[in-house]
Amino acid sequence: MFDLDKWKEIWSTLRSNPLRTFLTAFGVFWGILMLMAMLGFGSAIQSGSQRQMKGMATNLLFVWGQQTTESYDGLPPGRGVRFNTADIELLRRLPSIEYLAPRLQLGGWMNNFTVSHESKNGTFTVMADYPELKHIVAFEYDAGRFINERDIAEQRKVVVIGRAVYEQLFEPGIDPINKHIKISGVYFQVVGLTRTLRGGNQGDRDANTLFVPFTTLKTAFNIGDRVGFFAMTAKPGTDGPELERQVREALSRHHRISPTDQLAIGSFNMFVMYSKFEMFFLVLQLVSWVVGGATLLAGVIGVSNIMLITVKERTKEIGVRKALGASPMSIVSMVMKESIVLTAFAGLIGVVAGVALLAGTGAILEHLPESPLGPPNVSLSTVLTAVAVLIGAGALAGVMPATHAASIKPIEALRAE
Amino acid sequence: MLRLSKVNKYYQVGTHSLHVLRDVDFEVADGEFVAIMGASGSGKSTLLNILGILDDYDSGEYWLGDTVINKLSESKAASYRNRFIGFVFQSFNLLPFKTALENVALPLYYQGVTRRKRNQIAAQYLERVGLRDWADHLPSEMSGGQKQRVAIARALIGKPRLILADEPTGALDSETSKQIMDLLSEINATGITVLIVTHDPEVASRTQRTIRLRDGKVVNALEASASHPGIAAAVP
Repeated sequence: MFDLDKWKEIWSTLRSNPLRTFLTAFGVFWGILMLMAMLGFGSAIQSGSQRQMKGMATNLLFVWGQQTTESYDGLPPGRGVRFNTADIELLRRLPSIEYLAPRLQLGGWMNNFTVSHESKNGTFTVMADYPELKHIVAFEYDAGRFINERDIAEQRKVVVIGRAVYEQLFEPGIDPINKHIKISGVYFQVVGLTRTLRGGNQGDRDANTLFVPFTTLKTAFNIGDRVGFFAMTAKPGTDGPELERQVREALSRHHRISPTDQLAIGSFNMFVMYSKFEMFFLVLQLVSWVVGGATLLAGVIGVSNIMLITVKERTKEIGVRKALGASPMSIVSMVMKESIVLTAFAGLIGVVAGVALLAGTGAILEHLPESPLGPPNVSLSTVLTAVAVLIGAGALAGVMPATHAASIKPIEALRAE
Repeated sequence: MLRLSKVNKYYQVGTHSLHVLRDVDFEVADGEFVAIMGASGSGKSTLLNILGILDDYDSGEYWLGDTVINKLSESKAASYRNRFIGFVFQSFNLLPFKTALENVALPLYYQGVTRRKRNQIAAQYLERVGLRDWADHLPSEMSGGQKQRVAIARALIGKPRLILADEPTGALDSETSKQIMDLLSEINATGITVLIVTHDPEVASRTQRTIRLRDGKVVNALEASASHPGIAAAVP
């Protein structure tokens, strides 16, 4: 295999028609480059979306009240559904729920509140939350902690602030912990500073949010027993749609909603979202392999074609070699080696160019803030698979020309002038 | 050395069967220098192909040494060609992208001789044909005579017992032809059997014996002279 002479033989044939060799090699090069580019950008879109979803449980379910659309139990349609603290107890009894986080936004959905610290102020989202939220939305803490059970039990006036809130209200370098900030006229003591793990809009929203204990908000702002919406996760082994069905059933019964009224309670099921996403990326990857693979196949057919032409052109040479004692096997192996070397060499250059392309794009994307694309990655195993496929493809491309070469009769070859 | 007895060969041309060799019978002893002559279409090329194990025959027997050569597998035929026979062609048939040295060394490549060793041996054979200084030249840089010398060195390198030359001087001028025939005579003088296929009486006259072919049959000199008075004059 590593006989220098065999390599020289291969090199001299490939060199004897440089343009043709180059064009053929380019087909394979382009095929593998396309395959890598497609897989790479598929992974970039995937990792970009996953970055958006990062820090969120995948078995997550949100439910909120809307308006009934059917009359039921003597009640007319068009009645607003408002969850309350009694629903908390109701849902806590459901065995499929792992963590339940009742939430309420101060002032209602999408309303912001003025928050101030000394002379600085800003408008932010204020959320009333239970400690369970930390199992649903994962945060890291630059300082302090999240709301705990004692905050809830003692209705403490404490607040956990997001990064943007801190930057707006405090001078850089100031430790916000134990400082007091005023929310709509009421003072709260800062106990934690969060750093979100989510990207994009979700991350922005997290950074602009203050979290206060659910029970505190209720008394401090006299909101009564309202619950804005429920966020919850399913226990491992329970599927998302099943949990949603149970939750809807319990809430519908409690609020006297028709069991067939799907619009009375709004929901967002992360599980369903996530499986849709996963399916999308699976299809994307499949398409990448099919299209990239087809491009590669076209390149390989090109190699086979060229080798066949080469063999026909070299009929005389092959005849001479046979007259001098070349066995059919040695001719087959000669043509196959040429084919494999050409394919593998062009393919490897394609792999290197592909890696460079992805690394370069990755570096550019990193400098773009808020890019919807993550770093384009192609795993080493994918690259190795591609290389193995290439060598196999090279061998396959060589089979037909090689058998043709072996079948050349020396007399006919020597007669060909 | 070699013996043919009642060898027949047919070619299928469309629906017709062409009888190319008819009961060809002859013998060549070890160390002989023989010419095979005949007009084009006489079957001499076919005969050479059979002698060179490049083609099969349909009936009869061809003995090379003490082996019957008949319907060999391709790899076996390749191995016999490699070990017993050296070929010299009218159009030289050197590989254009290889140097003189590499061309000469090629048969040893198929014997599995290491590169170093075969280049060393090839250099000796190039020296023997007087082309030592041309080792690194490509065929395109050489004259016809030089190319044929390289081809002869290549034919000799496998230490064959038989050299088969197909019109070796066909593409050369008379002066160069003479030199090539001198070289072939020298080779024959070392004990190697040399068989030349030619239609040139000059060339045939340099050999020890001439076998004449006519319409696929071996004819004796008398029969030949009947139809070719010109040649008859050249044969004493």
